[in-house]
Amino acid sequence: MPESLLYGTEVVLNGLMAGVLYALVALGFVLIYKASGIFNYAQGVMALFAAMTLYGIMVGQVPFAHLINAIFGTHIHNFGWEVPAIIAIVLTVVVMVLFAWLVQQYIFRHLVGQEPIILFMATIGLAYFLEGVADLMWGSEIKALDVGLPQGGSLWIEENTQWLGMGNENFYGFFLDQLDLIATVIAAVLVIALVAFSQYTKQGRAMRAVADDHQAALSVGINLNFIWVLVWSVAGFVALVAGIVWGSKSGVQFSLSLIALKALPVLMLGGFTSIPGAIVGGLIIGVGEKLFEFSIGPLVGGATENWFAYVLALLFLVFRPQGLFGDKIIERV
Amino acid sequence: MLDASEGYVTEDGRQIGGVVMEMKNITLRFGGVVAIKDISFDIREGEIRAIIGPNGAGKSSMLNVISGFYVPQEGEVFFHGKKRPQMRPYEVAQQGIARTFQNIALFEGMSVLDNVMTGRLNHMKTGLFSQALWKGKAEREETENREIVERVIDFLEIQHIRKTPVSRLPYGLKKRVELARALAAEPKLLLLDEPMAGMNVEEKEDMSRFILDVNDEFGTTIALIEHDMGVVMDLSDRVVVMDYGKKIGDGTPDEVRTNQDVIDAYLGVSHD
Repeated sequence: MPESLLYGTEVVLNGLMAGVLYALVALGFVLIYKASGIFNYAQGVMALFAAMTLYGIMVGQVPFAHLINAIFGTHIHNFGWEVPAIIAIVLTVVVMVLFAWLVQQYIFRHLVGQEPIILFMATIGLAYFLEGVADLMWGSEIKALDVGLPQGGSLWIEENTQWLGMGNENFYGFFLDQLDLIATVIAAVLVIALVAFSQYTKQGRAMRAVADDHQAALSVGINLNFIWVLVWSVAGFVALVAGIVWGSKSGVQFSLSLIALKALPVLMLGGFTSIPGAIVGGLIIGVGEKLFEFSIGPLVGGATENWFAYVLALLFLVFRPQGLFGDKIIERV
Repeated sequence: MLDASEGYVTEDGRQIGGVVMEMKNITLRFGGVVAIKDISFDIREGEIRAIIGPNGAGKSSMLNVISGFYVPQEGEVFFHGKKRPQMRPYEVAQQGIARTFQNIALFEGMSVLDNVMTGRLNHMKTGLFSQALWKGKAEREETENREIVERVIDFLEIQHIRKTPVSRLPYGLKKRVELARALAAEPKLLLLDEPMAGMNVEEKEDMSRFILDVNDEFGTTIALIEHDMGVVMDLSDRVVVMDYGKKIGDGTPDEVRTNQDVIDAYLGVSHD
C-alpha cells in the first residue's frame, strides 16, 4: 500500500473514534430535546459535574469542604478512605438521578408549555449554576481521573498491522489509542442499550410517546413528570459516561464542559431529534475534521479542527436545515 | 321515565346497569367566562351516552372535566360510586377512562401498531429492571398485550395498515386508530370527542357501526360528543343537551327531540 493511503486510513480510524465520542455527547442533547423540546445547554456542565463527583467520591473528598471549613473554622478535606471505581460510579449515578429530579421538580415543571427560548435560557442559567455548585462542592483544581481504563497506544494493533506497509520502512503499523478504542466500545454498547430501552420497555415506550405528543401521552395514562425525570436521569448517565471518557483522556477540568460545544455541529448534521443521526453525525464530523486537517491543514497552516465542524454545520443549515435524519420540515399551505 | 337505581332496558333490548360516572353540579369558569354552569348528569354501565349542543355549548369542556384535563371550580365527580379527588389526566386514564380527541392526538412518528400498543401501557406491570433484562415474565406480558392489541386491530379493520407510520394515514383512518388505542386500554369508560367530525357520509357510517359494535361486543360504556344530530339520535341510548354552558335537556333521543328548549337552541331562537 502506498504511504499516503496508509496514513489516510489511520487518520480515518482515529477520526471514527473521535466521532464516537462526539456522538456520545450529542446523544445526551437528543434525548432531552426529543422528550421535552428543551435544548439543554447544561449537558456539557453535567458531564463535568458527573466527572468531578465521581473523582470526589473515589478519593473520599468531603463535599463542600471549603464552605464547611470557612463557616465552622474546621480543617476537613478528606474522609480518609478510597472508594473503588465501580462503587463510585454507582454512587455518581444516584447523584445524577437526584440532580434530574431536582431539575424537573424545581425548574422545568414550572416551565411546561413555555416558549423554547425560555426553556433554553433556563438551561443556560442551570449550566452556570451547576458549574458554580460543582466548584464549591469539589474544588476547581484539575483532577486526574483514573477509573482503570487503559491509556496509550495499542502495541498489539501496531505490531499486527505492520505488514500492511509491505516492507515500507517508515510504516510501523497503525497507532490507535487504547482509551479511544475502549471509549468506542462503551459508546457502542450504550447506544445499543438506549435503543433497546426505548424500543422494548414500558418506560421506553412511554418516553417515545411523550416525545411525540404530550396530550396523547396523558390520555393513555403516562405521568409526564416521571418520564421527564427519567429522561434527565438517562441524560445524566450519558453525561457521566462522557465525563469518564473525556476526564480520563485530558483530566477533569473546566474545559470538559466545552465538549458540549463540539456536539452542536454534530446535532446540526444529524438533526436534533434523531438518535441514529447523532451517531452518524458524530462519525462524519470526527472523520471529516481529521481528514481535512490531514489533507488541507498543511496548506493553510493547520488548526483546522477548531473550525471545520462549524463550517460543515453551516453548510448543512443552509442546504438541509433538518439535518440528515431529523424530522422533515414540511410546510402546508 | 328511567329508574334511578337499577338501570333500564333499551328499545333494542340491551340491559343497562348502574351508574358508572356521576357529575354533580359541575361549574367550570375560564376567568370571567362560564363554560359549564351547574350541570349534573350520570353515565350508566353499558350505555352509549351522548352530549350534544351547538358550537360553543361547552360539550368539549365537559369531556375534558370527565377526563381530568380541566378542573371544575365547583361540583363533584363520582366514579363507581366514589367521590373522585382532584386528579391529573394521566391518573384518570389509569383509573380506566380512555378518550379520543377532536383534533386527533396520535403519536405521529410511530406505526399504527405502536400507537395501539401505547394503549396497553397501564396494563404493563413488570418493572423497569426485569423488563430491561427481558425475563420470562415480561415476555409473557408482552405476548398477552400483543394479543389484545391484535384483537382490537382486527376488530376495527385496520390490519392492512398496522405497520404504517400514522403520519401517512388519511384523516378518517387516523380517527379509527385513535379509537383503537383507546379501546386497547380496555376502558371502563370510553370518551369520544366528536368521533365523526370532518368525515364524509361513508366514513361516518363506518364509525357509527364501529361505535355500536364496540358497545355490543365488549360491553364498553361510551360517552360521546357530537353536533351532528342525526348521527347522535341513531347511536345513543340517552342524550344530554347543552347550550351556552347549561343543560337544557336530558333523556332518550325521542324525549330530547320533542323538547322545546332543544328545538329552540338548534333552530336559533334568540335568548332574551
